[in-house]
Amino acid sequence: MTSRTTTPADPATAAYLLGLADDAMVYAQRLGEWLTNAPQLEEDMALANVSLDLLGQARALYPRVGELDGTGRGEDDFAMWRDERDWRNVHLVEQPRGDFADEMARLLWFSTTRLELFSAGASDPVLAGVMAKGVKELGYHVDHAAQWVVRLGDGTDESHRRMQAALDRVAPYVDELFTDDETVLAVPEADRGPLPSQLREHVVRRVDRVLHSAGLTRPEPGAWRAKDGRRGIHSRPMGSLLAEMQYLARSHPGATW
Amino acid sequence: MTTTTRTSPAELEAALRDVPDPEVPVLTVGDLGILRSVAADEATGRATVTVTPTYSGCPATEAIAAHLTYVARRSGWEVDVVTRLDPPWTTDWMSDAGRERLRRFGIAPPGPAAHRDGRSPVELHLTRRVVACPHCGSHDTEELSRFGSTACKALRRCLACREPFDEFKAI
Repeated sequence: MTSRTTTPADPATAAYLLGLADDAMVYAQRLGEWLTNAPQLEEDMALANVSLDLLGQARALYPRVGELDGTGRGEDDFAMWRDERDWRNVHLVEQPRGDFADEMARLLWFSTTRLELFSAGASDPVLAGVMAKGVKELGYHVDHAAQWVVRLGDGTDESHRRMQAALDRVAPYVDELFTDDETVLAVPEADRGPLPSQLREHVVRRVDRVLHSAGLTRPEPGAWRAKDGRRGIHSRPMGSLLAEMQYLARSHPGATW
Repeated sequence: MTTTTRTSPAELEAALRDVPDPEVPVLTVGDLGILRSVAADEATGRATVTVTPTYSGCPATEAIAAHLTYVARRSGWEVDVVTRLDPPWTTDWMSDAGRERLRRFGIAPPGPAAHRDGRSPVELHLTRRVVACPHCGSHDTEELSRFGSTACKALRRCLACREPFDEFKAI
């Protein structure tokens, strides 16, 4: 911001912001993998654009986390030099790129939830700025995902079958988006906006509206549900994601071009 | 040792506003509305330049900051380039001159930005907005892709002259 004041250490807010930043960073990496792999050239560009928007959110948040936790770490320290157990993203975003329909199901849940959270605003000035900016971009992401879900769900028998199967595969990872973990509960209510659990009703209603238009059914999650990403417990694909993402920075520290 | 004559604050601001956007070079950062303010202190020779990105992840942001710093130094000033996200950039800040230059360059200028508070209902139908072709002026155009070659553009084509063209997205 304009004034260079010393920010008092606030580890609770830092931990909360880290989760939001890591969700964006890891999902940006997964979305970037669609380049040259999407069903159309236009979709390569679309998903790369969505990825860039999320990368921008992470880049703005990481230095703020470094300021609030007192370590002074910058964006590369967070993105490139942390090991798996130090990442605080939800499991949904680290899952490997599946069918294109899987990506649209994931993008619909993720961007609808993040849009709902960002619309509420926050008291931290950096987070508030990221949110105000992000609302416009996330709204575009939600629209994009919703239009594909409707097109596929209300398309051919094959596209309908695959879109429904994608929703079923993504379902076990949705619940974690609405889980009140320790990091969010540690932040005073006035500073953080709504709890994840308080977002659920609105998000589900909005997703249901899309699924209804598409002739699709929202699956109820089964007994197994992903959890504990915010505590640094991750699923197997996270390791190879980090290996690829961090390879260059770790093999050639300080490399520039 | 060489000394550069320092320009006046007004001249500095004019020079900074004239820096071109690296991806759409017919537009200046002044036209785009991403240069938010220049606070120049004549006593110290330092200026604080506040910019806002078009999109959170816009890769041009760093090139723009470097170019602003270069132009300021050439004018005898030292600058701090500060990025501010809030209030978020809107295409409504684009100047009329900038819009006309975009059109002549072959990019349809943005329409009025839709108010989006994040809680409006999701649009589920493929809507047809009326966008004039920057080449022939026909309104008979269609959207090919909601995302274009950069974050700020969408891709359309003209059904009258058959030319594809970029549209600057209204946000």
